[in-house]
Amino acid sequence: MNKNSNTYIITYAAIMVVIVAAVLSFAALSLKPIQSANVRIEKMSDILRSIGEGGEADKVPNKAAYITEMYQKYIVESFVINPSGDKIEGVDAFTLLTNLKAEYDKPEAERQLPVFVSRNDAGVVSYVIPVYGAGLWGPVWGYVALADNWDTVLGVVFDHKSETPGLGAEISTATFQAQFKGKQILRDGAVVSIALQKGGAADDDPYAVDAVSGGTLTSRGVESMLKECLSNYDAFIRKQLSQSASAAPTAPAEHAATDTTATQVNP
Amino acid sequence: MFSAKNMKLLTSPFGVNNPITVQILGICSALAVTAKLKPAFVMALSVTVVTAFASLIISLIRNGIPSRIRIIVQLVVIAALVILVDQVLKAYVYDVSKQLSVFVGLIITNCIIMGRIEAFALGNKPWPSFLDGIGNGVGYGIILIILGFFRELLGAGTLWGYPVLEKLGLYHVGYVNNGLMILPPMALICVGLIIWIQRSRNKNLIEK
Repeated sequence: MNKNSNTYIITYAAIMVVIVAAVLSFAALSLKPIQSANVRIEKMSDILRSIGEGGEADKVPNKAAYITEMYQKYIVESFVINPSGDKIEGVDAFTLLTNLKAEYDKPEAERQLPVFVSRNDAGVVSYVIPVYGAGLWGPVWGYVALADNWDTVLGVVFDHKSETPGLGAEISTATFQAQFKGKQILRDGAVVSIALQKGGAADDDPYAVDAVSGGTLTSRGVESMLKECLSNYDAFIRKQLSQSASAAPTAPAEHAATDTTATQVNP
Repeated sequence: MFSAKNMKLLTSPFGVNNPITVQILGICSALAVTAKLKPAFVMALSVTVVTAFASLIISLIRNGIPSRIRIIVQLVVIAALVILVDQVLKAYVYDVSKQLSVFVGLIITNCIIMGRIEAFALGNKPWPSFLDGIGNGVGYGIILIILGFFRELLGAGTLWGYPVLEKLGLYHVGYVNNGLMILPPMALICVGLIIWIQRSRNKNLIEK
Protein backbone atom coordinates (compact mmCIF):
# COMPACT_ATOMS: atom_id res chain seq x y z
CA MET A 1 0.00 0.00 0.00
CA ASN A 2 1.28 3.46 -0.80
CA LYS A 3 1.59 5.21 2.53
CA ASN A 4 1.99 8.59 0.93
CA SER A 5 -1.14 8.54 -1.18
CA ASN A 6 -3.73 11.15 -0.28
CA THR A 7 -6.41 8.53 0.37
CA TYR A 8 -4.22 6.74 2.90
CA ILE A 9 -3.24 9.95 4.67
CA ILE A 10 -6.81 11.21 4.94
CA THR A 11 -8.16 7.85 6.11
CA TYR A 12 -5.32 7.52 8.60
CA ALA A 13 -5.87 11.00 10.01
CA ALA A 14 -9.64 10.51 10.23
CA ILE A 15 -9.40 7.20 12.08
CA MET A 16 -6.73 8.57 14.43
CA VAL A 17 -8.82 11.62 15.30
CA VAL A 18 -11.94 9.54 15.96
CA ILE A 19 -10.03 7.18 18.28
CA VAL A 20 -8.38 10.04 20.16
CA ALA A 21 -11.68 11.89 20.49
CA ALA A 22 -13.39 8.79 21.87
CA VAL A 23 -10.64 8.19 24.43
CA LEU A 24 -10.61 11.82 25.57
CA SER A 25 -14.39 12.12 25.83
CA PHE A 26 -14.53 8.94 27.87
CA ALA A 27 -11.83 10.22 30.24
CA ALA A 28 -13.43 13.66 30.55
CA LEU A 29 -16.88 12.23 31.28
CA SER A 30 -15.73 9.67 33.81
CA LEU A 31 -13.58 12.16 35.74
CA LYS A 32 -16.17 14.96 35.63
CA PRO A 33 -17.91 14.19 38.97
CA ILE A 34 -14.61 14.21 40.91
CA GLN A 35 -13.51 17.42 39.22
CA SER A 36 -16.80 19.19 39.96
CA ALA A 37 -16.52 18.13 43.59
CA ASN A 38 -13.05 19.73 43.70
CA VAL A 39 -14.39 22.94 42.21
CA ARG A 40 -17.20 22.97 44.74
CA ILE A 41 -14.78 22.56 47.65
CA GLU A 42 -12.61 25.31 46.22
CA LYS A 43 -15.54 27.73 46.07
CA MET A 44 -16.47 26.96 49.67
CA SER A 45 -12.85 27.40 50.67
CA ASP A 46 -12.68 30.78 48.87
CA ILE A 47 -15.84 32.00 50.59
CA LEU A 48 -14.41 30.96 53.95
CA ARG A 49 -11.07 32.62 53.21
CA SER A 50 -12.79 35.93 52.40
CA ILE A 51 -14.20 36.00 55.93
CA GLY A 52 -10.88 34.78 57.35
CA GLU A 53 -11.96 31.26 58.29
CA GLY A 54 -10.88 27.80 57.20
CA GLY A 55 -7.18 28.61 57.42
CA GLU A 56 -6.24 25.13 58.65
CA ALA A 57 -7.24 23.54 55.33
CA ASP A 58 -3.67 22.74 54.30
CA LYS A 59 -2.83 21.10 57.59
CA VAL A 60 -5.72 18.70 57.96
CA PRO A 61 -5.58 15.26 56.32
CA ASN A 62 -9.05 15.43 54.77
CA LYS A 63 -9.36 18.87 53.27
CA ALA A 64 -12.75 18.32 51.64
CA ALA A 65 -14.39 17.20 54.86
CA TYR A 66 -12.80 20.03 56.83
CA ILE A 67 -13.92 22.70 54.36
CA THR A 68 -17.45 21.32 54.21
CA GLU A 69 -17.66 21.28 57.99
CA MET A 70 -16.32 24.83 58.36
CA TYR A 71 -18.65 26.03 55.61
CA GLN A 72 -21.68 24.59 57.36
CA LYS A 73 -20.49 26.09 60.63
CA TYR A 74 -19.85 29.66 59.49
CA ILE A 75 -22.12 30.20 56.49
CA VAL A 76 -25.47 30.33 58.19
CA GLU A 77 -27.62 31.46 55.30
CA SER A 78 -27.52 32.24 51.63
CA PHE A 79 -30.07 33.91 49.42
CA VAL A 80 -30.48 35.33 45.95
CA ILE A 81 -31.54 38.86 45.08
CA ASN A 82 -32.27 40.76 41.88
CA PRO A 83 -30.70 44.11 41.00
CA SER A 84 -33.78 46.04 42.17
CA GLY A 85 -33.03 44.77 45.64
CA ASP A 86 -35.70 42.11 46.21
CA LYS A 87 -35.05 38.59 47.33
CA ILE A 88 -35.81 35.84 44.83
CA GLU A 89 -37.23 32.66 46.29
CA GLY A 90 -36.47 29.17 45.12
CA VAL A 91 -33.00 29.75 43.68
CA ASP A 92 -29.98 28.19 45.33
CA ALA A 93 -27.19 30.72 45.80
CA PHE A 94 -24.39 28.17 45.69
CA THR A 95 -25.61 26.66 42.43
CA LEU A 96 -25.50 30.13 40.88
CA LEU A 97 -21.79 30.32 41.67
CA THR A 98 -21.00 27.55 39.23
CA ASN A 99 -22.22 29.73 36.41
CA LEU A 100 -21.78 33.31 37.48
CA LYS A 101 -20.70 34.23 33.96
CA ALA A 102 -24.17 33.38 32.61
CA GLU A 103 -25.74 35.74 35.16
CA TYR A 104 -23.51 38.63 34.23
CA ASP A 105 -24.12 37.98 30.52
CA LYS A 106 -27.83 38.60 31.08
CA PRO A 107 -29.34 42.10 30.84
CA GLU A 108 -28.99 43.79 34.20
CA ALA A 109 -32.62 43.56 35.28
CA GLU A 110 -32.76 39.77 34.86
CA ARG A 111 -29.68 38.90 36.86
CA GLN A 112 -29.85 36.70 39.91
CA LEU A 113 -27.26 37.67 42.48
CA PRO A 114 -26.16 35.44 45.33
CA VAL A 115 -25.39 36.66 48.87
CA PHE A 116 -23.87 34.51 51.60
CA VAL A 117 -24.44 35.33 55.24
CA SER A 118 -21.82 34.34 57.75
CA ARG A 119 -21.78 34.42 61.51
CA ASN A 120 -18.45 34.09 63.28
CA ASP A 121 -17.75 32.59 66.69
CA ALA A 122 -18.54 35.89 68.42
CA GLY A 123 -21.93 36.04 66.67
CA VAL A 124 -20.96 38.95 64.39
CA VAL A 125 -22.71 38.81 61.03
CA SER A 126 -20.92 39.47 57.76
CA TYR A 127 -21.91 39.13 54.12
CA VAL A 128 -20.01 37.60 51.22
CA ILE A 129 -20.68 38.79 47.69
CA PRO A 130 -19.24 36.87 44.74
CA VAL A 131 -17.81 38.94 41.89
CA TYR A 132 -16.98 37.95 38.34
CA GLY A 133 -15.30 39.79 35.48
CA ALA A 134 -12.70 39.74 32.76
CA GLY A 135 -8.96 40.08 33.32
CA LEU A 136 -6.40 40.43 30.58
CA TRP A 137 -6.25 36.85 29.26
CA GLY A 138 -9.30 35.25 30.77
CA PRO A 139 -11.91 35.48 33.47
CA VAL A 140 -11.14 36.79 36.96
CA TRP A 141 -13.43 36.22 39.90
CA GLY A 142 -13.53 36.50 43.63
CA TYR A 143 -15.45 37.07 46.83
CA VAL A 144 -15.86 40.27 48.79
CA ALA A 145 -16.72 39.96 52.48
CA LEU A 146 -18.54 42.96 53.95
CA ALA A 147 -19.17 43.79 57.59
CA ASP A 148 -22.76 44.03 58.77
CA ASN A 149 -22.80 47.74 57.88
CA TRP A 150 -22.52 46.59 54.21
CA ASP A 151 -19.66 49.08 53.88
CA THR A 152 -16.40 47.95 55.44
CA VAL A 153 -14.53 45.24 53.57
CA LEU A 154 -13.51 42.42 55.89
CA GLY A 155 -11.52 40.61 53.28
CA VAL A 156 -11.40 39.69 49.62
CA VAL A 157 -10.31 36.65 47.68
CA PHE A 158 -9.50 36.88 43.99
CA ASP A 159 -8.63 34.17 41.56
CA HIS A 160 -8.03 34.07 37.84
CA LYS A 161 -7.89 31.60 35.01
CA SER A 162 -4.82 32.64 33.05
CA GLU A 163 -3.30 35.97 34.11
CA THR A 164 0.47 36.32 33.66
CA PRO A 165 2.38 34.73 36.55
CA GLY A 166 4.34 37.37 38.49
CA LEU A 167 2.34 40.24 36.99
CA GLY A 168 -1.45 40.07 36.70
CA ALA A 169 -1.53 36.80 38.62
CA GLU A 170 -0.44 38.74 41.72
CA ILE A 171 -4.13 39.50 42.32
CA SER A 172 -4.48 36.03 43.79
CA THR A 173 -1.73 36.55 46.38
CA ALA A 174 -2.47 37.21 50.04
CA THR A 175 -0.30 40.36 49.99
CA PHE A 176 -2.41 41.99 47.30
CA GLN A 177 -5.70 40.93 48.84
CA ALA A 178 -4.70 42.15 52.30
CA GLN A 179 -4.80 45.73 50.99
CA PHE A 180 -8.58 45.56 50.72
CA LYS A 181 -9.15 44.87 54.38
CA GLY A 182 -10.80 47.87 56.03
CA LYS A 183 -11.59 49.66 52.76
CA GLN A 184 -15.10 50.93 52.15
CA ILE A 185 -17.47 50.49 49.25
CA LEU A 186 -20.21 52.99 50.17
CA ARG A 187 -20.14 56.77 49.92
CA ASP A 188 -23.28 58.52 51.23
CA GLY A 189 -25.08 55.19 51.19
CA ALA A 190 -24.38 54.44 47.54
CA VAL A 191 -21.96 51.88 46.17
CA VAL A 192 -18.80 53.49 44.81
CA SER A 193 -16.68 50.33 44.88
CA ILE A 194 -12.91 50.27 45.27
CA ALA A 195 -10.47 51.55 42.69
CA LEU A 196 -7.11 50.01 41.86
CA GLN A 197 -4.86 53.05 41.68
CA LYS A 198 -1.95 52.88 39.27
CA GLY A 199 1.16 54.29 40.96
CA GLY A 200 -0.25 53.60 44.41
CA ALA A 201 -3.24 54.79 46.38
CA ALA A 202 -3.04 57.40 49.13
CA ASP A 203 -2.82 55.70 52.52
CA ASP A 204 -5.92 57.39 53.88
CA ASP A 205 -8.09 56.80 50.80
CA PRO A 206 -10.78 54.31 51.87
CA TYR A 207 -11.91 53.75 48.28
CA ALA A 208 -8.65 52.80 46.59
CA VAL A 209 -5.82 50.29 46.80
CA ASP A 210 -2.54 49.96 44.91
CA ALA A 211 -2.82 48.41 41.47
CA VAL A 212 -0.49 45.55 40.52
CA SER A 213 2.75 46.89 39.05
CA GLY A 214 3.16 45.52 35.56
CA GLY A 215 -0.39 44.24 35.64
CA THR A 216 -2.27 47.34 34.57
CA LEU A 217 -4.79 45.59 32.36
CA THR A 218 -5.53 42.93 34.96
CA SER A 219 -5.92 45.67 37.58
CA ARG A 220 -8.37 47.50 35.35
CA GLY A 221 -10.25 44.23 34.93
CA VAL A 222 -10.46 43.72 38.69
CA GLU A 223 -11.52 47.33 39.21
CA SER A 224 -14.35 47.15 36.69
CA MET A 225 -15.36 43.74 38.01
CA LEU A 226 -15.75 45.17 41.52
CA LYS A 227 -17.57 48.23 40.24
CA GLU A 228 -19.91 46.29 37.98
CA CYS A 229 -20.72 43.50 40.39
CA LEU A 230 -21.05 45.55 43.57
CA SER A 231 -23.27 48.16 41.94
CA ASN A 232 -25.73 45.39 41.14
CA TYR A 233 -26.22 45.08 44.88
CA ASP A 234 -26.68 48.84 45.32
CA ALA A 235 -30.49 48.80 45.59
CA PHE A 236 -30.40 45.85 47.95
CA ILE A 237 -27.83 47.47 50.22
CA ARG A 238 -29.86 50.70 50.36
CA LYS A 239 -32.93 48.74 51.44
CA GLN A 240 -30.95 46.89 54.09
CA LEU A 241 -29.47 50.11 55.43
CA SER A 242 -32.80 51.93 55.59
CA GLN A 243 -34.34 48.93 57.35
CA SER A 244 -31.61 48.78 59.97
CA ALA A 245 -31.78 52.58 60.38
CA SER A 246 -35.51 52.49 61.09
CA ALA A 247 -35.11 49.46 63.35
CA ALA A 248 -32.52 51.25 65.46
CA PRO A 249 -33.29 54.98 65.42
CA THR A 250 -30.37 55.82 67.67
CA ALA A 251 -27.86 54.47 65.21
CA PRO A 252 -26.57 57.00 62.68
CA ALA A 253 -28.81 56.81 59.65
CA GLU A 254 -25.92 57.03 57.32
CA HIS A 255 -22.58 55.39 57.72
CA ALA A 256 -20.23 58.30 57.62
CA ALA A 257 -17.89 57.71 54.73
CA THR A 258 -15.28 59.95 56.24
CA ASP A 259 -14.71 57.75 59.28
CA THR A 260 -11.22 56.43 59.48
CA THR A 261 -11.06 52.83 58.47
CA ALA A 262 -9.48 51.72 61.71
CA THR A 263 -12.49 52.53 63.86
CA GLN A 264 -14.86 50.69 61.57
CA VAL A 265 -13.18 47.32 61.51
CA ASN A 266 -14.89 44.91 63.81
CA PRO A 267 -12.43 43.00 65.93
CA MET B 1 13.83 -7.40 28.44
CA PHE B 2 16.50 -5.76 30.56
CA SER B 3 19.57 -6.46 28.47
CA ALA B 4 22.63 -4.32 28.93
CA LYS B 5 21.65 -2.29 25.87
CA ASN B 6 18.15 -1.64 27.19
CA MET B 7 19.44 -0.71 30.61
CA LYS B 8 21.75 1.78 29.01
CA LEU B 9 18.76 3.36 27.24
CA LEU B 10 17.01 3.64 30.57
CA THR B 11 19.86 4.95 32.69
CA SER B 12 22.04 7.05 30.40
CA PRO B 13 19.56 10.00 30.48
CA PHE B 14 19.96 10.08 34.27
CA GLY B 15 23.53 11.30 33.93
CA VAL B 16 25.76 11.37 30.84
CA ASN B 17 22.85 11.97 28.45
CA ASN B 18 20.60 14.03 30.71
CA PRO B 19 17.97 15.93 28.71
CA ILE B 20 18.31 19.13 30.76
CA THR B 21 21.96 19.38 31.69
CA VAL B 22 23.52 17.73 28.63
CA GLN B 23 21.00 18.10 25.82
CA ILE B 24 19.70 21.42 27.25
CA LEU B 25 16.08 20.56 26.43
CA GLY B 26 12.96 21.35 28.45
CA ILE B 27 14.57 24.29 30.22
CA CYS B 28 11.46 26.47 30.14
CA SER B 29 9.31 24.26 32.34
CA ALA B 30 12.32 23.36 34.51
CA LEU B 31 12.61 27.02 35.45
CA ALA B 32 8.92 27.68 35.80
CA VAL B 33 7.63 24.90 38.04
CA THR B 34 10.52 24.31 40.44
CA ALA B 35 9.90 27.05 43.01
CA LYS B 36 8.33 24.35 45.21
CA LEU B 37 9.14 20.68 45.52
CA LYS B 38 5.61 19.34 45.15
CA PRO B 39 4.73 20.88 41.75
CA ALA B 40 8.22 19.94 40.54
CA PHE B 41 7.59 16.33 41.52
CA VAL B 42 4.15 16.22 39.92
CA MET B 43 5.51 17.82 36.77
CA ALA B 44 8.36 15.29 36.64
CA LEU B 45 5.89 12.45 37.04
CA SER B 46 3.56 13.86 34.36
CA VAL B 47 6.37 14.35 31.86
CA THR B 48 7.69 10.84 32.53
CA VAL B 49 4.25 9.33 31.91
CA VAL B 50 3.80 11.36 28.73
CA THR B 51 7.27 10.65 27.25
CA ALA B 52 7.04 6.95 28.10
CA PHE B 53 3.61 6.38 26.61
CA ALA B 54 4.06 8.75 23.67
CA SER B 55 7.23 6.87 22.73
CA LEU B 56 5.49 3.53 23.20
CA ILE B 57 2.44 4.43 21.12
CA ILE B 58 4.41 6.08 18.33
CA SER B 59 6.76 3.12 18.22
CA LEU B 60 3.82 0.70 17.99
CA ILE B 61 2.30 2.54 15.03
CA ARG B 62 5.61 3.68 13.50
CA ASN B 63 5.28 1.47 10.42
CA GLY B 64 1.84 2.80 9.56
CA ILE B 65 2.45 6.53 10.01
CA PRO B 66 2.43 8.38 6.68
CA SER B 67 5.72 10.24 6.73
CA ARG B 68 4.17 13.41 5.30
CA ILE B 69 1.95 13.91 8.35
CA ARG B 70 4.38 12.34 10.82
CA ILE B 71 4.77 15.43 13.03
CA ILE B 72 1.00 15.92 13.17
CA VAL B 73 0.45 12.33 14.23
CA GLN B 74 3.11 12.72 16.93
CA LEU B 75 1.53 15.91 18.19
CA VAL B 76 -1.95 14.37 18.31
CA VAL B 77 -0.65 11.45 20.37
CA ILE B 78 1.30 13.74 22.72
CA ALA B 79 -1.56 16.21 23.06
CA ALA B 80 -4.06 13.44 23.81
CA LEU B 81 -1.79 12.05 26.53
CA VAL B 82 -1.23 15.50 28.01
CA ILE B 83 -4.97 16.17 28.13
CA LEU B 84 -5.46 12.84 29.90
CA VAL B 85 -2.77 13.73 32.43
CA ASP B 86 -4.32 17.16 32.92
CA GLN B 87 -7.77 15.67 33.53
CA VAL B 88 -6.39 13.17 36.03
CA LEU B 89 -4.48 15.90 37.88
CA LYS B 90 -7.61 18.07 38.03
CA ALA B 91 -9.53 15.18 39.50
CA TYR B 92 -7.02 13.87 42.04
CA VAL B 93 -4.53 16.65 42.90
CA TYR B 94 -6.55 19.78 42.20
CA ASP B 95 -4.30 22.16 44.17
CA VAL B 96 -1.18 21.09 42.34
CA SER B 97 -2.92 21.22 38.99
CA LYS B 98 -3.83 24.85 39.75
CA GLN B 99 -0.22 25.66 40.63
CA LEU B 100 1.05 24.03 37.48
CA SER B 101 -1.70 25.81 35.50
CA VAL B 102 -0.58 26.33 31.92
CA PHE B 103 2.58 24.27 32.28
CA VAL B 104 0.70 20.97 32.12
CA GLY B 105 -0.66 22.02 28.74
CA LEU B 106 2.80 23.13 27.74
CA ILE B 107 4.15 19.59 28.24
CA ILE B 108 2.96 19.21 24.62
CA THR B 109 5.66 21.61 23.51
CA ASN B 110 8.34 20.12 25.76
CA CYS B 111 11.24 19.52 23.38
CA ILE B 112 12.25 16.34 25.18
CA ILE B 113 9.13 14.46 24.11
CA MET B 114 9.19 15.43 20.42
CA GLY B 115 12.95 14.98 20.45
CA ARG B 116 12.83 11.42 21.77
CA ILE B 117 10.03 10.44 19.40
CA GLU B 118 11.80 11.82 16.33
CA ALA B 119 15.22 10.58 17.33
CA PHE B 120 14.34 7.23 18.85
CA ALA B 121 10.77 5.92 18.88
CA LEU B 122 10.20 6.29 15.13
CA GLY B 123 13.07 3.92 14.41
CA ASN B 124 12.98 1.45 17.29
CA LYS B 125 10.83 -1.32 18.73
CA PRO B 126 8.17 -0.48 21.36
CA TRP B 127 9.94 -1.84 24.44
CA PRO B 128 13.26 0.00 23.97
CA SER B 129 11.28 3.13 23.07
CA PHE B 130 9.25 2.84 26.23
CA LEU B 131 12.41 2.49 28.33
CA ASP B 132 14.00 5.40 26.51
CA GLY B 133 10.91 7.49 27.26
CA ILE B 134 10.94 6.58 30.95
CA GLY B 135 14.69 7.21 31.12
CA ASN B 136 14.40 10.68 29.65
CA GLY B 137 11.38 11.55 31.76
CA VAL B 138 13.17 10.48 34.92
CA GLY B 139 16.37 12.24 33.83
CA TYR B 140 14.33 15.42 33.44
CA GLY B 141 12.60 14.72 36.75
CA ILE B 142 15.85 14.29 38.70
CA ILE B 143 16.97 17.78 37.76
CA LEU B 144 13.52 19.21 38.54
CA ILE B 145 13.53 17.63 41.97
CA ILE B 146 17.09 18.81 42.74
CA LEU B 147 16.07 22.32 41.69
CA GLY B 148 12.79 22.17 43.59
CA PHE B 149 14.56 20.92 46.72
CA PHE B 150 17.10 23.74 46.89
CA ARG B 151 14.77 26.46 45.70
CA GLU B 152 12.05 25.64 48.19
CA LEU B 153 14.51 25.07 51.05
CA LEU B 154 16.51 28.25 50.53
CA GLY B 155 13.70 30.40 49.11
CA ALA B 156 10.79 29.58 51.38
CA GLY B 157 12.46 27.61 54.20
CA THR B 158 10.09 24.68 53.67
CA LEU B 159 10.22 21.25 52.09
CA TRP B 160 7.02 19.83 50.60
CA GLY B 161 5.24 22.57 52.56
CA TYR B 162 6.84 21.48 55.88
CA PRO B 163 8.65 24.36 57.64
CA VAL B 164 12.05 22.68 58.03
CA LEU B 165 14.14 25.74 58.80
CA GLU B 166 11.60 27.07 61.29
CA LYS B 167 11.69 23.76 63.18
CA LEU B 168 15.49 23.88 63.16
CA GLY B 169 15.23 27.30 64.78
CA LEU B 170 17.41 29.00 62.17
CA TYR B 171 15.26 32.15 62.10
CA HIS B 172 16.10 32.85 65.74
CA VAL B 173 19.77 33.20 64.90
CA GLY B 174 19.10 35.73 62.18
CA TYR B 175 18.70 33.54 59.09
CA VAL B 176 16.57 35.11 56.35
CA ASN B 177 14.99 33.35 53.36
CA ASN B 178 16.56 34.20 50.02
CA GLY B 179 13.69 35.60 47.96
CA LEU B 180 15.77 35.40 44.79
CA MET B 181 15.58 31.60 44.92
CA ILE B 182 11.85 31.75 44.22
CA LEU B 183 12.33 33.66 40.97
CA PRO B 184 13.01 31.94 37.61
CA PRO B 185 16.44 33.61 37.01
CA MET B 186 17.85 31.85 40.07
CA ALA B 187 16.57 28.54 38.68
CA LEU B 188 18.63 29.15 35.55
CA ILE B 189 21.67 29.90 37.67
CA CYS B 190 21.05 26.67 39.61
CA VAL B 191 20.78 24.69 36.36
CA GLY B 192 24.11 26.28 35.39
CA LEU B 193 25.64 25.17 38.68
CA ILE B 194 24.41 21.61 38.17
CA ILE B 195 25.89 21.58 34.65
CA TRP B 196 29.17 22.91 36.05
CA ILE B 197 29.34 20.24 38.76
CA GLN B 198 28.42 17.51 36.30
CA ARG B 199 31.04 18.56 33.76
CA SER B 200 33.79 18.97 36.30
CA ARG B 201 33.16 15.39 37.45
CA ASN B 202 32.83 13.94 33.95
CA LYS B 203 35.41 15.48 31.63
CA ASN B 204 34.01 13.62 28.59
CA LEU B 205 31.06 16.01 28.54
CA ILE B 206 33.25 19.04 27.93
CA GLU B 207 33.27 20.14 24.30
CA LYS B 208 36.69 20.32 22.71
